[in-house]
Amino acid sequence: MTLAHQATLIARKDLLIEVRGRHALGTLLPFAATVLVAFGFAFGPGRDVLERVAPGLLWMAVLFSAVMASRRAYQTESEDGALEGLLLAPIDKAAVFLGKAFAVTVELLALVIAVLLLVIVLFDLSIANPFLVLAAFVLGTIGLAAVGSLFGVVAESARTREAIFPMLVLPLVAPVLIAGVRATDLAAAGRSSEVLSWLGLLAAFDVVFLSVGVLVFGYLLED
Amino acid sequence: MAATAERALGKATSRSGEHLLGIATLVALGVSAVLSLVVTPPDAVQGEVQRIMYVHVPAAWLAYLSFFVVFIASIGYLKTKKTRWDRVAAASAEIGVLFTSLAIVLGMLWGKPVWGTWWTWDPRLTTTAVLLLIYVAYLAIRRITDNPSRRARWAAVVGIVGFIDVPIVHLSVVWWRSLHQGPTVFRLGGPEIEGTMLLALLAGVAAFTITYAYLMTLRLRVGRLEERAAREALSPLVGAER
Repeated sequence: MTLAHQATLIARKDLLIEVRGRHALGTLLPFAATVLVAFGFAFGPGRDVLERVAPGLLWMAVLFSAVMASRRAYQTESEDGALEGLLLAPIDKAAVFLGKAFAVTVELLALVIAVLLLVIVLFDLSIANPFLVLAAFVLGTIGLAAVGSLFGVVAESARTREAIFPMLVLPLVAPVLIAGVRATDLAAAGRSSEVLSWLGLLAAFDVVFLSVGVLVFGYLLED
Repeated sequence: MAATAERALGKATSRSGEHLLGIATLVALGVSAVLSLVVTPPDAVQGEVQRIMYVHVPAAWLAYLSFFVVFIASIGYLKTKKTRWDRVAAASAEIGVLFTSLAIVLGMLWGKPVWGTWWTWDPRLTTTAVLLLIYVAYLAIRRITDNPSRRARWAAVVGIVGFIDVPIVHLSVVWWRSLHQGPTVFRLGGPEIEGTMLLALLAGVAAFTITYAYLMTLRLRVGRLEERAAREALSPLVGAER
């Protein structure tokens, strides 16, 4: 079995659990919606301010959801010794990382679609170039999922110190937040030519963190 | 047998080496203080406050040096699984967090009178702040688990990933700034720097580097003692034998 095949199997397993348990849609979506409404209270009710900060708020909601989704991806493994089973399975450890990252990306993208609609309605965000906005979110969520899936296994073992996981992830994904918000902002304003360099940065982040993750993930697991 | 000899050697060199480094640190810091406070003239534009540069720049240099050492030691640990590498990484990260904070605080003290603000989202400032946050998280990760091998592996992965992240963070912040407003070029001490000023600055960098080496030997010894104490607490017989 190739690495890609193994990763696909892991991702399929995680997405199947997600489809049956509906964690992302059942828990994360209401969470993200609550965060956005709270942002609305914090920066509203004036439309002009909300419209201006909407891309940032959107990404903050996705960022928080990414932290929760990656932690969740390993919570399911801690039950019934599932992680031990996964470790004993004759697959590459890197496949576990890639599979988890892929599953979290898919979950986050489903969430992004819903949250995007919510922001358009709530904050009156008009989007001139929706394809570039989606491209930014695809590339951005891959980066968030890569960092989250790499360290989610640490978060799972540190349940009594829950703040440590976001404390580690948030500074690491600072480039994703900056590039994602800028790209969304520019694409929404229709300044498409300026978006590309930010998309390039997001893609570079994805490549770096997926490769580093493949190289080092095994060290987090071996016990 | 070999391990015992190695440990004995390490102990001996560290003890005498430590004293030597301690004295060297004191002398170097003294020389650097005299150079930067007495010998150099006050800056033509900024006046006396510019002297903060002689400690701020060395502190920032140490911050990046420490985290580079963490990066190398982390790779070393994952490759060899020798706890010595983990001790080096832990010691260097603690010193790095100390000097990163120092660099930021000193920069603020300088920035208030010169720039008129404690903080600005300048790329170098922002990158250093993100760096500080990453390594504070690194130290927090080290406290999660009591299992020494697990702690060392987790910390090593964070030490590697965190360092690789730094150039990407810097790039994104540079772009972020330049697209938002015109780049503000601040050159410490102006575009060209006077001879004695450069000398004082280099002396500061050298003195701080020696300080780093001294603090490392101290922290490494504490690390060894901690490890021995843990080992002896776990099994008194094995501890006594050693």
